[in-house]
Amino acid sequence: MLVIGVIGADVHAVGIRILEFAFREAGYQVTNLGVMVSQEEFIGAALETGADAIIVSSLYGHGELDCRGLREKCEEAGLGEILLYVGGNIVVGKQDFSDVEKRFRAMGFDRVFPPGTTPEEAIACLDKDLGVK
Amino acid sequence: MHPALLIDFGSTYTKLTALDLDQERILGTSSACTTSADDIMKGLDKALALLEVQTGDLDYRMRLACSSAAGGLRMMVSGLVPELTAEAARQAALGAGARICRLFSHELSSRDLTAIEDDPPDIFLLTGGTDGGNRECITGNAEKLASLSVRFPIIYAGNRSALDDCERILSDFPLTLCPNVMPRFGELNIEPVQKEIRALFLSRIVTARGLSRTRELLSGILMPTPSAILSAVRLLADGCGGEPGIGELMAIDVGGATTDVYSIGRGEPDDLQIIFKGLEEPYAKRTVEGDIGVRYSIQGIAGEKGLDWIACRAELPADQVSALIGQLAARPSTVPSAAGRLRKLDDALAAGAVEIASRRHAGTLTRVYTPMGIAYMQTGKNLRLMERIILTGGPLVYAGDPLAIAGQALHSSLHPESLRPRQAEAFLDQSYILSAMGVLAESQPEIALRVMKRELRLIGRCGQTLHQD
Repeated sequence: MLVIGVIGADVHAVGIRILEFAFREAGYQVTNLGVMVSQEEFIGAALETGADAIIVSSLYGHGELDCRGLREKCEEAGLGEILLYVGGNIVVGKQDFSDVEKRFRAMGFDRVFPPGTTPEEAIACLDKDLGVK
Repeated sequence: MHPALLIDFGSTYTKLTALDLDQERILGTSSACTTSADDIMKGLDKALALLEVQTGDLDYRMRLACSSAAGGLRMMVSGLVPELTAEAARQAALGAGARICRLFSHELSSRDLTAIEDDPPDIFLLTGGTDGGNRECITGNAEKLASLSVRFPIIYAGNRSALDDCERILSDFPLTLCPNVMPRFGELNIEPVQKEIRALFLSRIVTARGLSRTRELLSGILMPTPSAILSAVRLLADGCGGEPGIGELMAIDVGGATTDVYSIGRGEPDDLQIIFKGLEEPYAKRTVEGDIGVRYSIQGIAGEKGLDWIACRAELPADQVSALIGQLAARPSTVPSAAGRLRKLDDALAAGAVEIASRRHAGTLTRVYTPMGIAYMQTGKNLRLMERIILTGGPLVYAGDPLAIAGQALHSSLHPESLRPRQAEAFLDQSYILSAMGVLAESQPEIALRVMKRELRLIGRCGQTLHQD
């Protein structure tokens, strides 16, 4: 079970639908929270659905602010071990992605995807991290 | 003539309505103080004697009742996340007319268990997890309940995947299995649970409460009173058979101890720019404010609206209002005369109750600034386009100026975020028959609907008029 959504005040509605479709095609059960999702909503949904991973999308450049503290909140909610992925245009401007990845890893994300990642790449990571294939 | 007797056993008053089913007209109404929980027959006899003065001796073919006496239907509910399954369970119980004495989320603690053991509920509603989702919470809670020394009816309406385990764990409880209140994230499914609550109320609670003695006289106590009112207003909104309803509406019932608000309607965002957040809302929704009422809960109104607000509306000096509020709280059975300062004060209190309870019932709209511009998020029910408000309950039925009080349920610039109606027609339950019609609706919905449409009096229109080009 995956919980997916676009975090913060971000209203980009299309990409998340494509991801939902791709994850379902790959055999995952998906709870798509849509756009403008708060950290609390991600956590509430993950708790109730017994999710294996929270997949956070952000396309408007404020991802770093929006994602801060998500891992800590998961730990507070008893979801300490849950997989956290993040992807999209998660920072402002053109920055060296290895720096960006380092910062998000330090925030507790297990995988950080750069702009232009295909759904297949994310699915391959999920399969590996969850030991499904 | 085919007379039917409809009875509402309240905690303070027993209210009777005599109705001729052939002519579909009200023969008489009466009320008397409910003596005590263990002998509600005395209150019924007194009210019957009063009714007989109006109607003469009638040979009732049908006697139906609803009841909120003896504490009403006392439920405890538990879920996992407070805003999700615990909220869905709460909605289910409220809509079935229950009084929720405890609401639990996540794992039950030993203190919670002591509270349950000390004062066991009539029904415990156990939920948690979507279907296929979290199972640890609900199975853990089932085990904790099984460790108690008391037994009570449990309705299981949680994660389907944990159902078998929980059925085994709870094998020595009277257990009813139900579809999940939230089968998928955000999806609300409360009607199956409400049906089971109703069935349990009939088969177990009425008997256990000593209300069954009245059974010899009655064709049946059908439901808790709030549930009767909810079915009545739902029927009034939706219609039935060939008889059309009047459309989406809200209803407000101000009492001495609580204020109930009902809304029948989808309540979805009325603009494509608005994003809905949170759990789906019930089409027929009830909320109850336990701290808002004009007698036992008078301090709740005074505390939230403030003495100055009440004094200004009542056109009385604030120190006098303060003294009168103290007197009313000490003597809850006080009934004001038709005019005079107590009447004015009661109107002001009722206005406060309507304002607070409607605001708590309605959803809210939040403005969010995004890099792409302003966006709006809606949580709860959108009542902005609702055009009808039904007023019931003693303080409203006998109010000096009920239309002004109805206006307090509308959109206000003081609370622009609250999604209350912009304008509405106000109807008064002048003969105080809503609960009776809800009971009658079980067997004779079309008659109940026609009687309501005739008896509810349109008292006027309130709110801003929308300028149209």
